[in-house]
Amino acid sequence: MRAEFCDSLVDLAGIREFVFLTGDLGFMALEPLQSALGPRFINAGVAEQNMVSVAAGMAREGCQPWVYSIAPFCYARPFEQIRNDICINKLPVRLVGNGGGYAYGSMGATHHALEDYGVLLSLRSIRIYVPAFGCDVGPAVRLISDRIEPSYLRLGRTELKDEKSLPPYAPWRKVLEGAAGVMIVIGPIAGGILEYARGLLLASRPAIWVLTEFGGESGCPLPAQVLQEISESKQLSIVEEHVVEGGMGQRLVHYLALHGHKIPPFHHFSAQGYPSGRYGSQAWHRRENGIDVDSIFSGIAADEKA
Amino acid sequence: MTIDGDELQTVAKRARLRLLKMHFDAKMGHIGGNLSALDAMLSLHHCVMTSDDAFVLSKGHSAGALYIALWSKGLLSDEDLETFHADGTQLAGHPVPGWHDSIPIATGSLGHGFPVAVGMALARQLRTTPGRVFCLTSDGEWQEGAMWEALIFWSHHKLQNLTLLVDLNGLQGFGTTHDVASMADLGARIRSFGVQVLEVDGHDLLGIARAANNNPGAVLLLRTKKGKGVSYMEDKMEWHYHPMSASQYSLAVVEITGSESGNES
Repeated sequence: MRAEFCDSLVDLAGIREFVFLTGDLGFMALEPLQSALGPRFINAGVAEQNMVSVAAGMAREGCQPWVYSIAPFCYARPFEQIRNDICINKLPVRLVGNGGGYAYGSMGATHHALEDYGVLLSLRSIRIYVPAFGCDVGPAVRLISDRIEPSYLRLGRTELKDEKSLPPYAPWRKVLEGAAGVMIVIGPIAGGILEYARGLLLASRPAIWVLTEFGGESGCPLPAQVLQEISESKQLSIVEEHVVEGGMGQRLVHYLALHGHKIPPFHHFSAQGYPSGRYGSQAWHRRENGIDVDSIFSGIAADEKA
Repeated sequence: MTIDGDELQTVAKRARLRLLKMHFDAKMGHIGGNLSALDAMLSLHHCVMTSDDAFVLSKGHSAGALYIALWSKGLLSDEDLETFHADGTQLAGHPVPGWHDSIPIATGSLGHGFPVAVGMALARQLRTTPGRVFCLTSDGEWQEGAMWEALIFWSHHKLQNLTLLVDLNGLQGFGTTHDVASMADLGARIRSFGVQVLEVDGHDLLGIARAANNNPGAVLLLRTKKGKGVSYMEDKMEWHYHPMSASQYSLAVVEITGSESGNES
């Protein structure tokens, strides 16, 4: 999604207040943005805490800063700077973490982002954007650009080969009809799930909803149509490349319980961390954690039979 | 400058008394570091800064001195000061955001204000916005790694519209800076990053003003005394924390006014 991200930001380069800070990352990807922004493209070096605080100071002066790094270096290393300098001061800094979930694969655990939006949602004022498809990046970037409060954009790798038939971008989108329960998916893993489910009969596949935005001032409301479908469903599944703790599975079920909605039999496909202590590609980690397409669909099918 | 030396001394004396009263009334500690930082903030606000300039208090635990500096400029009232540390206040023990134009950012956790001030200065340089940014740090604060990250960044971008002041009182939370994690010679260390460093008497208001006005983009190492002006507090670590008893407060007032009655003149 880096190409879509870069293109979308280049389109915004005419905004005088727009500044971009990178923690020395973006080689072979962000050069067009560097050219478009000139001195407003700032390589802050390998110093993420300073980068986030500098961005907060720039926002305080009326700039529209974006801060970019590999996801864990963006939200984990400078967490106190995000909490104190951005969120307590309610400054519109746009954080961008590249490589959500296990996207950095065999680069190792330090480069994975399994708890990013859970941690950031606890700060309450940040709105989270998790594009599921390459075509989501542009609309998400434009929405984030217009925000006057903090944002976090979690980028991954586009997985759906043909995005032409997708409905237009929305925080909640139904991307496939189905009669065997409701499945809510967060992130690019939606691409593989959608391709697989399209090959199943309507009666034997869940309705698939993709959730792309959550948190911030609007909290976690579910649209009426999603609530209706959940209430009529025999099964609810939530898929996310994120740990259970603070993830959207927890938040959505909490929302349903708090508002007195019926919760059907529930599957939460989420990251467990590193059960075997071994490392591999993103696909390998998904398999090990039971969040690959085969494990997900065999899991919900087994539940139906039971 | 719009204020002469005699007037400034009067302002400083009134401010010191008001700071002590505010802390005594609120039964709050942190008075030692406030007294060491007060003169720098008075100097900046009375002799250096214009309405275009911004001040960031990186050593947020000296919020009391900042409130008093703003009070001495008529930017806060006595009624405001009476709410210091009280329930429902905006004058918290460390500055909170969003309520006063002269407090641009919430601070309190050390090592944050300086990099934020660097960002403010960079934004002003990029946007050719007038005005300078001033930032006051403590000395113990330099044990935070983020300070050195900010120093590298500031030096690299050659931001001449930022002036950094360091309250070099030599005492921190649980010992002297020398004993806890020595950074001597801090000036040389900072200078080695390519930034101009000057040593200034941190209680000489006019000297601070001259150094700040004549040396854009510099670090001013302020030689200060924790608890400055109150003999039993000066250079005593415990006054990082202790609130004053009634007798201690009375004694402090006498020392500053030179009068048993506590009158200012």
